[in-house]
Amino acid sequence: MSDPRELYQQVILEHNKKPRNFGKLESCTHHAEGHNPLCGDQLDLTLVVEDGLVQDIRFTGSGCAIDVASASLMTGAVKGKPVAEAEAMAEQFRGMVRGELEPGSQTPLLGKLTLFSGVKDLPSRVKCAVLPWATLHAALKGEAEASTE
Amino acid sequence: MSTVLNPLDVAAVRKDFPLLSRILHGRPVTYLDSAVSGQMPLAVIERMAKYEREEHTNVHRGVSTLSQEATDFYEAAREKVRRFIGAGSIKEIVWTRGTTEAINLVAQTFGRKVVQAGDEILLSAMEHHANIVPWQMLAEEKGATLKVIPMTDAGELILDSLDDLLTPRTKLVGVVHVSNVLGTVNPVKEIIARAHAKGVPVLVDGAQAVPHLQVDVADLDADFYVFSGHKLSGPTGIGVLYGKLAHLEAMPPWHGGGNMIRSVSWEKTTYMAAPGKFEAGTPPIAAAIGLGAAIDYLSGLGLDRIAAHEHELLVYATEQLSAIPGLRILGTAKQKASVISFVVEGIHPHDMGSLLDGEGVVVRAGHHCAQPVMTRFNVPATTRASFAYFNTREEVDVLVTAVRKAIELFS
Repeated sequence: MSDPRELYQQVILEHNKKPRNFGKLESCTHHAEGHNPLCGDQLDLTLVVEDGLVQDIRFTGSGCAIDVASASLMTGAVKGKPVAEAEAMAEQFRGMVRGELEPGSQTPLLGKLTLFSGVKDLPSRVKCAVLPWATLHAALKGEAEASTE
Repeated sequence: MSTVLNPLDVAAVRKDFPLLSRILHGRPVTYLDSAVSGQMPLAVIERMAKYEREEHTNVHRGVSTLSQEATDFYEAAREKVRRFIGAGSIKEIVWTRGTTEAINLVAQTFGRKVVQAGDEILLSAMEHHANIVPWQMLAEEKGATLKVIPMTDAGELILDSLDDLLTPRTKLVGVVHVSNVLGTVNPVKEIIARAHAKGVPVLVDGAQAVPHLQVDVADLDADFYVFSGHKLSGPTGIGVLYGKLAHLEAMPPWHGGGNMIRSVSWEKTTYMAAPGKFEAGTPPIAAAIGLGAAIDYLSGLGLDRIAAHEHELLVYATEQLSAIPGLRILGTAKQKASVISFVVEGIHPHDMGSLLDGEGVVVRAGHHCAQPVMTRFNVPATTRASFAYFNTREEVDVLVTAVRKAIELFS
């Protein structure tokens, strides 16, 4: 088991304190709510998707630092990206934090999101990091709710 | 007249617990999580190992010397429990897997008999899920309703509400003796007296009380009193249902099978008397013997000395934690056991839990299986430190330093 303190790097702490893209898009095309029943984390995600691109994305909610920083970094990472690429990122992110990637496999789409890779050694916190991505996946599929249970 | 107690020799006591010398993330472990599960002293671990190595067989089976021996040890443990909680007879001590199973047993036998459509079951606002869900399931099955004794912001039950809440439809009161989240020691004797005045039986969830208080079920006049072995420095998988004999005798069996019968034919089965009729199948024998050894161990230390030491830690930790800006303690009842739940502005309890873990400090972060309590105090979760007789003031300091460090990291 790795040291849990290593997860709390400056980038994560900073995004938790000042989350980017925080708020709600009034005229959104996609919307989903994420819920992590075990922690009580809640996330409300709104998107504007046009011409196959994520034109805008915002989130509100409350949760732990891992959850909030993950949502903040996620919204920044997928904004302006094609929907298919956002979905592929979600796939890679979930594989990374759940420790399900093949050894040696790359996660080229994730960039600085790889700073969450340490979560895979803290099973009780995996759901916190995944919640925003599970909510994004639900929203893009037209589902109203996502749960990490 | 007061007697002066020799304080516990905590340094000597700590040597009885091998886990306390573990290193966690490079730091000596600081175990402040006894409300989740108490540590077992070597005396318990070795007693259970002795049974498994030299005495293992089944109980209540046949004429072999080994089986008789195992039965004697197993029943002797029952007698230890009886004496420990002040019950009148060993017939009133039913082994269960734990508190949860004991409550389910009462709900599914006693509850099913006495609760009918339109009836009410009265619970307190600070119950653990174990003393909510079994009653909710029963209420759903019967068309009955749950009512709740409210509490103050300090985490004390509002007993004035009892006059209105106890109605002719109330068939049972379920109340926790010591809250696992707030640490509140509830005045169960008074609650029982007031319920009995209206003819209503009371089940007390004593899971968090027996490790800290001298419990006397006869003095309390409890109809049912339930607790778990593993919170009492014993093993998991064993628990106790105390029930007044008249109730147990009137209750139907719950699980059917071997061990609980007098005779079986294709036409009809007759059952053992209590407690046997509630103990179907092979019981957790080593665990029962281990719980007996745990009671011996605690009695040897002295429950009054344990209580005095834990109270001192509670007072010191409350003082030290309260001095931290932005930290709020949930549960400030006048009568408290050594459990402190807290939240810190701007830091989610799970982050706090992870950061404390990184410092070797083991606490519980979460909803503590008491979501209605979280809702009552409008928090998603809390961080909870619970202190046992083997903890020290230095460990309180380690906790406080680690909490301050986490706050600094998040500032």
